[in-house]
Amino acid sequence: MIKTFVFGLVLGIAGAAAAVVFIPVVDQHREASIITVTPNGGNSETFHINVPMDRIMVGSPARRQPLPVGLQWPEDESLAELRSELFKVRNERDAVIGIASRMAAKDEVAGDVIEWVLHFPARGSMFVRMQSDAAGGGYRLGEIRTGSGEFRSYVGSVTERWVADTSGSEDAPAGRIELVSRFVGTGEEL
Amino acid sequence: MIRYLIALVFGIAVGAAAFVALLYFNPFTAQDNISPINVGSNEVMYLTYSPVSSDSLIYTNNGEKRIRPHPEKVLQLWEAPVRRTAATAAVLYDGRGEMAGVGIKISSDSEATRLLNGQAMVDSIWHVYLPKRGTLFIEQNENYWSYLRDIVIPAYWSSADNWKGNWHGTITAGPGALGLGRVVGGSGEFAEFESSITESITARAYSVGQGPVSADAHLTIEIPLQADPAVVAED
Repeated sequence: MIKTFVFGLVLGIAGAAAAVVFIPVVDQHREASIITVTPNGGNSETFHINVPMDRIMVGSPARRQPLPVGLQWPEDESLAELRSELFKVRNERDAVIGIASRMAAKDEVAGDVIEWVLHFPARGSMFVRMQSDAAGGGYRLGEIRTGSGEFRSYVGSVTERWVADTSGSEDAPAGRIELVSRFVGTGEEL
Repeated sequence: MIRYLIALVFGIAVGAAAFVALLYFNPFTAQDNISPINVGSNEVMYLTYSPVSSDSLIYTNNGEKRIRPHPEKVLQLWEAPVRRTAATAAVLYDGRGEMAGVGIKISSDSEATRLLNGQAMVDSIWHVYLPKRGTLFIEQNENYWSYLRDIVIPAYWSSADNWKGNWHGTITAGPGALGLGRVVGGSGEFAEFESSITESITARAYSVGQGPVSADAHLTIEIPLQADPAVVAED
């Protein structure tokens, strides 16, 4: 019986070790990426945010109705010109695939700041600096300053555009913020 | 026959328990509490915030975890690709305890988690705005193993379902060399800034029902020495 117990003991240790090694503790759900190869090389990916459904937070002292309800945004004078927003981000199939932070500020030192951080679990993040002035056609251009994960070495640009909903459907969003990323290469030296 | 079966099952249970105990008490998985930034010669910038969800401006997750979203009606992250992600917006304070700015932290459970190696990994990013200074992007791989082992699991063991004490630990474990996080500036005085960071937590109370109850978190950002242009010109 002692031999059976020792055999069980070894089996228990081996089984627990195998479970820890082979059963993943974290297994993130992945939506297949929808990436387009552009004619001049590089590739492009389009994201959008349905407004107001995908808004998680709008932090701004100028806003009368806080979002979410109960948000107590600091009433500090230095944050008077900041608008900090948090959104869910969707792919072209309208599936939520990430979270985005947008900060817009008029700052004495930094000037007019408009920035995005797009975070996609299991993929990585992009930090994008937008130009303060909108280009023609309602677009605002920006450059990918840096990234993490699969976006770490990407070099490229992002455009931001507001697209109003024209479907007339009752449950349709008011519109969407469309973000198009264009990766033209990697920052790695050959 | 039954006796042999009982001995086998008991042996398996004891073996599995022994392995879990070895994993839990493994002395080789201890994390360093002193960051290389703190012992370096460069200047550092300290930013502090509260990791307690009710102290944050907002905190949201999938709504099924013990740490409840704050405020109550904040949009929750229930969709499959973001179910293991949490987002928080927090007021950041400087070393003197005065408001320094606002930061957004987004954290996702990492597939690099390896319990055998004492790695409970989280990939996180910060988007920080410091008024009259500029903006920062921070990327970190965080390891919460020591936090789980020293605070969360003892809280579950406690008959009162909580933990009280004084615990300090560094959670940053990468992606940079020496286990440092990466900071990249966006605008203002940080426009071309690139440096390193560590994030640490000082915990005093944890509740199984609410998560952290009393704690502070610290961001320590290294300010690299800049060469004096006059000296460079002379050289």
